[in-house]
Amino acid sequence: MLRACNASARGMSVDLNTVKKIASLARLAVSEAEAEALVPELNGILHWVEQLGEVDVTGIDPMTAVIPNKLRLREDAVTDGNVRDKVLANAPQAEHGFFAVPKVIE
Amino acid sequence: MTVLTDLTVAQIRDGFRAGDFSAKEVAQAFNANVAAAKALNAFIVETPEKALEAADQADKDRAAGALKPLSGVPIGMKDLFCTKGVQTTAASHILEGFTPTYESFVSQKLWDAGAGMLGKLNLDQFAMGSSNETSYFGNVISPWRRKDGGNAALAPGGSSGGSSSAISARLCPAATGTDTGGSIRQPASFVGISGIKPTYGRCSRWGVVAFASSLDQAGPMARDVRDCAIMLENMAGFDPRDATSLDLAVPKWEAGLSSNLKGKKVGIPSEYRVDGMPADIAKLWDQGIAWLKDAGAEIVNVSLPHTRYALPTYYIIAPAEASSNLARYDGVRYGLRELPDGANLQDMYAATRAAGFGPEVKRRIIIGTYVLSAGYYDAYFTQACKVRALIARDFEEAFKQCDVLLTPTAPSAAFALGEKQADPLAMYLNDVFTVPASLAGLPAMSVPAGLSDEGLPLGLHLIGPALDEQIVLNAGLAIEERAGFVARPDRWW
Repeated sequence: MLRACNASARGMSVDLNTVKKIASLARLAVSEAEAEALVPELNGILHWVEQLGEVDVTGIDPMTAVIPNKLRLREDAVTDGNVRDKVLANAPQAEHGFFAVPKVIE
Repeated sequence: MTVLTDLTVAQIRDGFRAGDFSAKEVAQAFNANVAAAKALNAFIVETPEKALEAADQADKDRAAGALKPLSGVPIGMKDLFCTKGVQTTAASHILEGFTPTYESFVSQKLWDAGAGMLGKLNLDQFAMGSSNETSYFGNVISPWRRKDGGNAALAPGGSSGGSSSAISARLCPAATGTDTGGSIRQPASFVGISGIKPTYGRCSRWGVVAFASSLDQAGPMARDVRDCAIMLENMAGFDPRDATSLDLAVPKWEAGLSSNLKGKKVGIPSEYRVDGMPADIAKLWDQGIAWLKDAGAEIVNVSLPHTRYALPTYYIIAPAEASSNLARYDGVRYGLRELPDGANLQDMYAATRAAGFGPEVKRRIIIGTYVLSAGYYDAYFTQACKVRALIARDFEEAFKQCDVLLTPTAPSAAFALGEKQADPLAMYLNDVFTVPASLAGLPAMSVPAGLSDEGLPLGLHLIGPALDEQIVLNAGLAIEERAGFVARPDRWW
């Protein structure tokens, strides 16, 4: 599987349409000029990180915790709440105790 | 007469206790320096009233015989820590005006210890940068200048550039920093101060604006090693609200300080002797080796074979985590909202994020989104997580042969603002020596050790095994005592 992955990553480069697609997945509006400028920048960075493909990682598990640490469980008890006004205090638009957003359904 | 703003944290603490001066006098002196240093742009928000309020309390506490560990000490707070009632921006437009209704764990600990806040320090936007040129609120300027007669504005390093500039210019005796790939250590090196990133999990991330959660770690910056130990003792500690917080007692690092390294082994990783290392940095590294020998340590050569893969690993993992963390900025719950005429919800998200994030933040979000996207996840992200495991294993192997590692902190002295802006990759290479320890979660510190050929500060870098901040501090102290670094920038601001 790894070999296949490396083959797909190596030598790959992003084009204008890919940049626009990724920007849209990331919910970032980009102008045509911004997207065009990003193409060589991203390719430079991606080409550079692709050298990781040459590292032999046979039998190595991906790191999941940098310092070994047990995931703690806490008491199933309410420790917070009744702070609606605090939660809404920084909202760009709060109405009737809710976050307000533009119309979602046409 | 004592210039109060020239005192270290320990000197302020002890002098205040001894009755040599009041906390109010100290706060007023630093407030005045802050107010007179606008040209450095080190602060996004100044809070002289907070510093005075804490000082009044400290003066009362002293009269009542109820001193706290940092009574009388005013500090700067990197604007990545949420401070209740005081704007917290991460140097971004998207959080401009955001006023937290809660306090971060680390800042609360410092206030509980008696410290006062001089203001919120500027930084690279969302802590993404190595020069403090990505802040929405303008570049921070280093107080240092090259000894070439020119007045080129120099980078204070990043991302904790406001912290480094302010400490170096005597606007505060100490400050908080955060370090994801070198953001405490590289700026400390650039301005001739000390800074330590503790073991990942020592300082709670609760209330710290997230960049890359598996790497982000808070730590102190100050003028010397002792002050870093004092500050760190009052920042670290278990916090159940951070799932990766370490449930361990906070060691007495200050009491444990000793520059006698007899019986200790210092490892020199051969892979850090990178091609094209400037001669002054190579020379300083050799000098550091001699100093640690003089302190009683034995020097051993070690190998960290995957060092060259650390930066590319970091530039997959950090943007991947950032793209996920920064998804929260949606224009709904807090921060900026951009709502073009007739826009629907999706348009609002995209417009808000386009207007609210700077170019470097966008670049990293897009890279992160790409390496996490279907079809590329295994090739980029999983592969990087595996290489990260190998990098951590390199350190484990090295620490079977030695107690602490010595390397340079940064591959160059401070560069001029604008010099590396055009090429993102050239900027990323600044973190070549600091990133590996971040990926492995290890404690690491920069101490000022000498001057470059241009008369600019250069730091040496110590990396310790997990949880052994003490050996890092002690080796740092051994260098500090021998380097006798007293250079400071001439005041031009």
